[in-house]
Formats: sequence, structure tokens, C-alpha cells
Amino acid sequence: MRFDGTKDYVATDDLKVAVNAAMTLRRPLLVKGEPGTGKTVLAYEIAKAMGTPLIEWNVKSTTKAHQGLYEYDAVARLRDGQLGDERVHDISNYIRKGKLWEAFTAPELPVLLIDEIDKADIEFPNDLLQELDRMEFHVYETKETIKATERPIVIITSNNEKELPDAFLRRCFFHYIKFPDRETMQDIINVHFPDIQGILVKKAMDIFYDVRDVPGLKKKPSTSELLDWLKLILNEDMPLEALQSSDSSKAIPPLHGALLKNEQDVMLFERLAFMAKREAR
Amino acid sequence: MFFNFMDELRAAGISASLKEHLVLLEALEKDVIRRSPEEFYYLSRATFVKDEGLLDRFDQVFSKVFKGIETSYGTQEEDIPLDWLKAVAEKYLSEEEMEKIKSLGSWEEIMETLKERLAEQEKRHEGGNKWIGTGGTSPYGNSGYNPEGVRIGGEGGQKKAIKVWDKREFQNLDNTKLLGTRNIKVALRRLRKFAREGAADELDIDRTINGTAKQGWLDIHMRPERHNAVKLLLFLDVGGSMDPFIKLCEELFSAATSEFKNLEFFYFHNCPYEGLWKDNRRRFSERTNTWDVLHKYGHDYKLIFVGDASMSPYEITHPGGSVEHFNEEAGVTWMQRLTNTYPAAAWLNPVPEKQWGYSQSVKIIRELMNGRMYPLTVDGLGDAMKELTRKQG
Repeated sequence: MRFDGTKDYVATDDLKVAVNAAMTLRRPLLVKGEPGTGKTVLAYEIAKAMGTPLIEWNVKSTTKAHQGLYEYDAVARLRDGQLGDERVHDISNYIRKGKLWEAFTAPELPVLLIDEIDKADIEFPNDLLQELDRMEFHVYETKETIKATERPIVIITSNNEKELPDAFLRRCFFHYIKFPDRETMQDIINVHFPDIQGILVKKAMDIFYDVRDVPGLKKKPSTSELLDWLKLILNEDMPLEALQSSDSSKAIPPLHGALLKNEQDVMLFERLAFMAKREAR
Repeated sequence: MFFNFMDELRAAGISASLKEHLVLLEALEKDVIRRSPEEFYYLSRATFVKDEGLLDRFDQVFSKVFKGIETSYGTQEEDIPLDWLKAVAEKYLSEEEMEKIKSLGSWEEIMETLKERLAEQEKRHEGGNKWIGTGGTSPYGNSGYNPEGVRIGGEGGQKKAIKVWDKREFQNLDNTKLLGTRNIKVALRRLRKFAREGAADELDIDRTINGTAKQGWLDIHMRPERHNAVKLLLFLDVGGSMDPFIKLCEELFSAATSEFKNLEFFYFHNCPYEGLWKDNRRRFSERTNTWDVLHKYGHDYKLIFVGDASMSPYEITHPGGSVEHFNEEAGVTWMQRLTNTYPAAAWLNPVPEKQWGYSQSVKIIRELMNGRMYPLTVDGLGDAMKELTRKQG
């Protein structure tokens, strides 16, 4: 089993090695990187490439670790007890399986995505240590142990909002998706817009990397923003000249709303444009 | 096999442990990678480095440990198969270059020398400069055994690989953190005081079951959600001598804001006087009267000062001592008012503890705080939190 990227996803060599290592040794792969560099998409693409189902666990600030294992629905049991339902005698009727359970017992080897693990409480990763290491856990209510027949492929993404504990990190492979260089970016664009004009891409990328290089930007635009922007440009049928005007007085790129997501950044650009204009005079 | 590598990593501050080492060996055993230095680099990076801030350091260590070995890695047998060499050469050499090589001797002869050299290279790990050096020393075209020359050195992606880690692409991400946000958060967690307040929107299972059993019908009980009810006032010193600690304060601030819901912060300069501000850019136009702060936030708030407390003693002890404006009342007065209003208070000082003795003003502030000054380190923060949670007598 090897992962070599898919036709919709450009994987760099180091990413491939990391994914393959995680898949072969069946250890979780922790993926970090700037927002919009394709961390979550990676799990989708691995599942697609391997032809396996994807089980997605989106972590929120209120998510608790045990919700990934199982939940005991006491209220439903209480209700059934009131109504005299026969089901009430079997506690396992009220155990709701979590995503980890699903992944452990899936008939087909799945890819389990634990998305944005840093959103949860600071102790969350620690609570999952054993479960992810041994790929088993105990259900107290029914006194059974759920053990993965085959260790699933686990992809964990993090946006760095919280640091993760050492003990947790030791059990993972780690990959940092760095911002793609021009070459890789070209590949990515080609994958998404197969028949885009070459010159347009070149111009757009010039502007894009220029924007990223502006010092003091609060939120640098990333791959997904470039793709959105290109889509907008194509949709609007923007003439090539609009991008080509090297006139420094127009420092703000057209349709900048797709690239700059922060009013301070837009203001920064306006100020730069103003200064450029003054200099030109 | 790679113990040396692990030691170097640890020396560089990358916390490589036996666990990761075993994982790496296991991965090598299971043939996760093709046997090329480049992939080995990627694999060991994914195994050992768990923080993008350390990637650059890893690159440097890798380059240090494997310099000179890189050409031999992947060919475990001393004997290098001829057709492999040939294939490599053919793959990487253009027609022109091949002709050029041939003009220097017969193909076999060159291959023979190359083989010898590679074998020699394998034995002498340190002798890399002979091969990577500049032109003229070997019969291999313009630059000898050099990635830029005949490029035989580039077999199996080695040339690329050398560049990969020597490029040091992650340099910008390296930051030597004294006190990561995680550490800060863990320390701040001591301040947690859970309470149930607000709207009852959570099902109280225990009480519901009890009630139901007692009544004989479904008796639902709700309760408010449990959350951290601790209230915190954060006073941050900005500007001047605090500049070297901006990063540290930012981390503390971001950790605190995400950890506490009831957090209020204000800025001051050197010593708090009659005015504080919330936006440093508008520090002169939008001041908050300190009296208002004292009246608005109740006694149950815990007060944390963050500042280096390094200033001229007059700034604390005398009216009009402030460097920025004319203060009617001395800093001492304000400090006393603040500490009287908020019995639970602590001063966090980013300056290392052993330097405190050299500064008069630090001593004064420390006295004003009744000795509750703590260094801004993990331990100091822990002590400060302990002090803040102490039952006030």
C-alpha cells in the first residue's frame, strides 16, 4: 500500500514519505501547516486513493475525548423504563458508538480523520493517548473491550491554536505542510484548472506571491485563497490587462476580497498604494 | 546504528527518545522508504520532529551527522554493481556530457574509478571534501565529483537531498521558546475555580434519575453548565524597558485570554497611576480612570501585574515622578489602593530573579506587593497561581 498523491492532490515527496510511514506502521500522522494548505483534504485524498471509507471526527471546543469512544444515553433508557420497553434490560441498546469505535470495528480498513484537534480542551489529546496507541478501549457499562482488528490509518490535523503534549506527540509521525513554492503551486493550479491560460496563471502567481511578501500582513493568503481568487477571475472573465497593469499606483489586486480577509490588511494595501502614488508623482 | 544521530538531536534540543528511535528502525525494517538519503531524511524528520519550530534545527543536525556519509547511504554492499552505476550515469548525464566523459577514458575505466572512489568514500566518512570539492581533482568533467559538474553525485536524488536539508527552509519557524503557551496554560489552569452559573441548560443526570426513581415518573432536572468562574484583572506594562519581553508577554496574554472568560486587561507604563488604557495606540486619548477600574471590578477579581518594575525610584515614590505626564499622586499611593482593593494579587516579572537585587525600584515594588513578585517562568507562574488561589485571610 503506497500513497503517491492523487490526480486532484499534489503531494510533495516529504509528504508522501510521512504518509507512507504512518500507513505502514499504523501510527497516527499529525499534520500541521498554515490554514488553507490542504491539511484536511489530505485525509480525503488518502481515503480516495486507497479506496477506503473515511471516518471524520470534527473536533470542537466542547468536544470531549470520550465522545469519540462512546456515549451512554441515560435519558433514552430512562424514557424506555417509563414506557416499559423491553429494550431497557439490555444496556448495550443505549450505548452510542463514537467515531473511534466506528473506526476500530469498521469492516473495511478506514481512514480516521481527527480534524483540528487543537480546538478541544488542552487535556483532550492526553485523554486519547492509550486509545490511539493501543487502538483499544474499555466500555464500562457493558464490560467489554473494543479492540481494533486492524489498526486504522489515523490522520490528525492541528492549526497550532494550542500546543500538544509531548507524550501525545511521541506516538505520532509529524508533517508540516509548508507553503508551496512556485513550482508546486503551478502543479496545484494545473490540477484544479486544467485549461487555464498559462500567462494568466503566471501573472496571478506574481501578484499572489507579492501579496504574501508584503510585511505586516495579518493573514497571509494561502493556497485555497489563490484557488478561490483564480476561480473568481475566471468567472468574471477578467481581462488579462487588469492583472498585467504593472502600474504601481494600483497596488491593490483586482477582486482582492478573495485574497485579503482582514480589514487591517486591506487598509495596509490602500496605504501602500497611496504611498506608491505619491512616489510616482 | 543511529545512536550518534539521536545524541546530536538531543544535544540540539530536539527531544528525541528511544520510542522514536525504535519507530524509525521499525520503519526502516518495513521498507517504508526507498533506500535513498532523501527519503531517509524525510522519514527521520517525520519521526523525530514534532514541532515546526524545530525543523530548521533538525536540518542542521542532519547535515552535520550525515555529511560525508550521504553518498554511501543506500548502497550497503561495498561492491557497487556496474550496471547500477551505468544506469545512474545514463539517467543523469546528457549525451554531450557522456561524450565528454568518454573522451577522458574508456567508459569501463571511468566506471572502475568511480566504483573505487565510492568504496573509498564509504570507508572514509570524513573525506567528503575530496568528492564534493571543486573541479580539477578528478577525471569527471569540469567539476569532478560534484553535483554541478558531471552530476554523478546526484544519483538516487542525492544531490537534491543534500539541498533539501541544506536549504534550511524552515529557518523562519525556529523560535527558542522559554515558556511555550502550553506551559503557560497548564500553569494558569491552577487558577480554575469551577462554578455553575447562568441559565440551566444542561441535564443533571444524577438528580434526574434520583427524582424519577422517587416520584415514579420522569422528573427532569436541569442545571447550568460548569465553567471557570475565576475573575482576572491583568495589568501589563508596555513600552521602554519591556520591549525585550514583548513576545513573552504576548504568549502569556494569549494563553490567559483563551483560558479565562472573565478576563479584563489594562496597560500601564512602568507604574500604574491614575489612568490606564486598553489600546496602546490610543494610550493618550482613551484612558480609563483607575478609580473607575477600582469601582467597577469587585474585590473577588484577582489582580496580576506583568512588568519589569525597572524604573527610577521617583516614578514610584514621588508625585510628578512619572516619565510621561504629571501625576498628582505618587505611584505608591496607587499601588496601595490597587492591592487593598484586590487582596489576591501578584506581580510577574520577566526579568530573571537573580537580577532583581540590582534595581532599587524592583525592591520597592516587591515591598509594596508584600513580596508577591514572581519571575515569569513556569515555576514562578506556578507559585504565583498558588498564591492567588490561597484563601485570603
